[in-house]
Amino acid sequence: MAEFLQQLLNGLSLGAIYALIALGYTMVYGVLRFINFAHSDVFMVGAFIGYFAGRIVPEGTLWGGLVVLLAAMAGCAVLGMLIERLAYRPLRGAPTLNVLITAIGVSLLLEYSGQVFFGAAPRTFPAILPSANFTLGGLVLSSNQLVVIVVAVLLMIGLELIVHRTKIGMAMRAVSLNPRAAQLVGVNNDVVISFTFGLGSALAAAGGVLYALNYPSIDPLMGVMPGLKAFVAAILGGIGNIPGAALGGLLLGVVETFVNGSQWSTYKDAIAFAILIVILLFRPAGLLGRATVEKV
Amino acid sequence: MPRPHVALLLALAAAYGVSHFPGGLDPYLLDVLTGIGINIILAVSLNLVNGYTGQFSLGHAGFMSVGAYLSSAVSLFVAPKLVGELSAAGEVTQGAVFLAALITGGFCAALAGLFVGVPSLRLRGDYLALVTLGFGEIIRVIFQNVEILGGALGLNAIPGSTTLTWVLAVAAVTVFVVHCLVDSTYGRGFLATRDDEIAAAAVGLNPTRYKIVAFVVAAFFAGVAGGLYAHFKLTITPTGFDFTRSIEIVVMVILGGMGNAVGVILAAVLLTVLPEVLRPIAEYRMILYSLLLVLLMLLRPQGLFNFPARRPRG
Repeated sequence: MAEFLQQLLNGLSLGAIYALIALGYTMVYGVLRFINFAHSDVFMVGAFIGYFAGRIVPEGTLWGGLVVLLAAMAGCAVLGMLIERLAYRPLRGAPTLNVLITAIGVSLLLEYSGQVFFGAAPRTFPAILPSANFTLGGLVLSSNQLVVIVVAVLLMIGLELIVHRTKIGMAMRAVSLNPRAAQLVGVNNDVVISFTFGLGSALAAAGGVLYALNYPSIDPLMGVMPGLKAFVAAILGGIGNIPGAALGGLLLGVVETFVNGSQWSTYKDAIAFAILIVILLFRPAGLLGRATVEKV
Repeated sequence: MPRPHVALLLALAAAYGVSHFPGGLDPYLLDVLTGIGINIILAVSLNLVNGYTGQFSLGHAGFMSVGAYLSSAVSLFVAPKLVGELSAAGEVTQGAVFLAALITGGFCAALAGLFVGVPSLRLRGDYLALVTLGFGEIIRVIFQNVEILGGALGLNAIPGSTTLTWVLAVAAVTVFVVHCLVDSTYGRGFLATRDDEIAAAAVGLNPTRYKIVAFVVAAFFAGVAGGLYAHFKLTITPTGFDFTRSIEIVVMVILGGMGNAVGVILAAVLLTVLPEVLRPIAEYRMILYSLLLVLLMLLRPQGLFNFPARRPRG
């Protein structure tokens, strides 16, 4: 039983990171109806900004960790908006396939530029935060895991407030519901889309820093796997659905941790895709999504 | 006789002719030419899915690896039981074994294509892109875990049955089959599915069925290409068929202009020769590819070699 709870705890902390990345996929899908392939590489860039910022601030302090986190989030928000402005905005109205190919191109560009500029060899992420282990009953919780869960929950509450309590959040929901109608009532779609990219990328950056704190080896291709899994999480919860992405991320993290702890641990990278195929077969709208019919 | 059939016969004759002056080709050139042939098979078959049918598959290297592994398994494990030591067998036996190995690889890849395609092709194109990408990963994990197929070390000492003649002949057959399939009455359904799925369904076509057929045929040829590749390189590892390989093939299709057979063949030739020429700046190659993708979509989405087509005959 203690082992079960321990695995559950580990799974939740991994799932919280997946959830943060999945939120970016789902929000962008909500406003633009396409899958932003480059999102997983924004996550990678976030980890690298964290790496370089982490070497400036003193190690092992809480405020240092906060500075690193905010720097990564701000940097990636700008990067996300820049990508949208340069690569996606000129293609508004183009066939989905063209936008998708562009997104893949941007993703590869970030990965391989990363390999040239940062080098392909993995780097060790600095231990920015003070670390300690807490024991609760038979359970061990590392301070990094605690930080992951707390930061992820705070960010998700923040996101919920932005989406439901602010004017720009209302505009986001309007664009997601019907872009043309939103435009007719005076919403500036370009501003909303840009803001959505910024917000999603900032969350991905936070995910990147948190991921690197727990798995302190970063390289330019580190985003690929977590990115794919977060995408599966977004589909699992229902793409375009914000609470769904959070739920999907947590579920996926827990499932993966349990598989990793079982005898089939070598298949842990394959399980996410098995889940994806099952979901697509039986409930393509996802757990919390609603099936829609395309109108002609 | 219809023109495509004449072209096929001429190409096959040319491929056969090549085998009769091997002394005229130096090994390096032979290497590059074989690479070009294999890439043409891959690009032309992917063009059926990504070009003519308007879907987006990122897993072509995955199907290639299925073909490579299974055909090598036939050559290494099954053939010696049936015909004894392969090197001692006659030329005809060797050829028959190789053909059987290639076809086995192709059919296994097609089966994998069916398995991946049925759930994902019911959905929109961008899902397919990610599912096929994920499939590539699953295949890699599976091959790494299957001990009989060499695990993470891969397979070694595969007989070197691939000759330029084989590669060119298969490439010619691939181009022929894809051309005739798309150009047939049945094949118009691929184009209809690409142009407007809902309209295609409204006139009684079954878009999902067309997508699956395209996917399975493309996977078959990718598998055959994988078999040729394995018997050409003599050694294969699970990581040799990774995501970058899929991307290379996708870039060929997009550069050539999706759904444009001649352009795609030209692009396959160009992108096989280019890395040879660009060897001094090899580390920038993938940056170049990715920039090319983005710039093409922004500036010339119809592809580099896609010139205004003549009206199709008939």
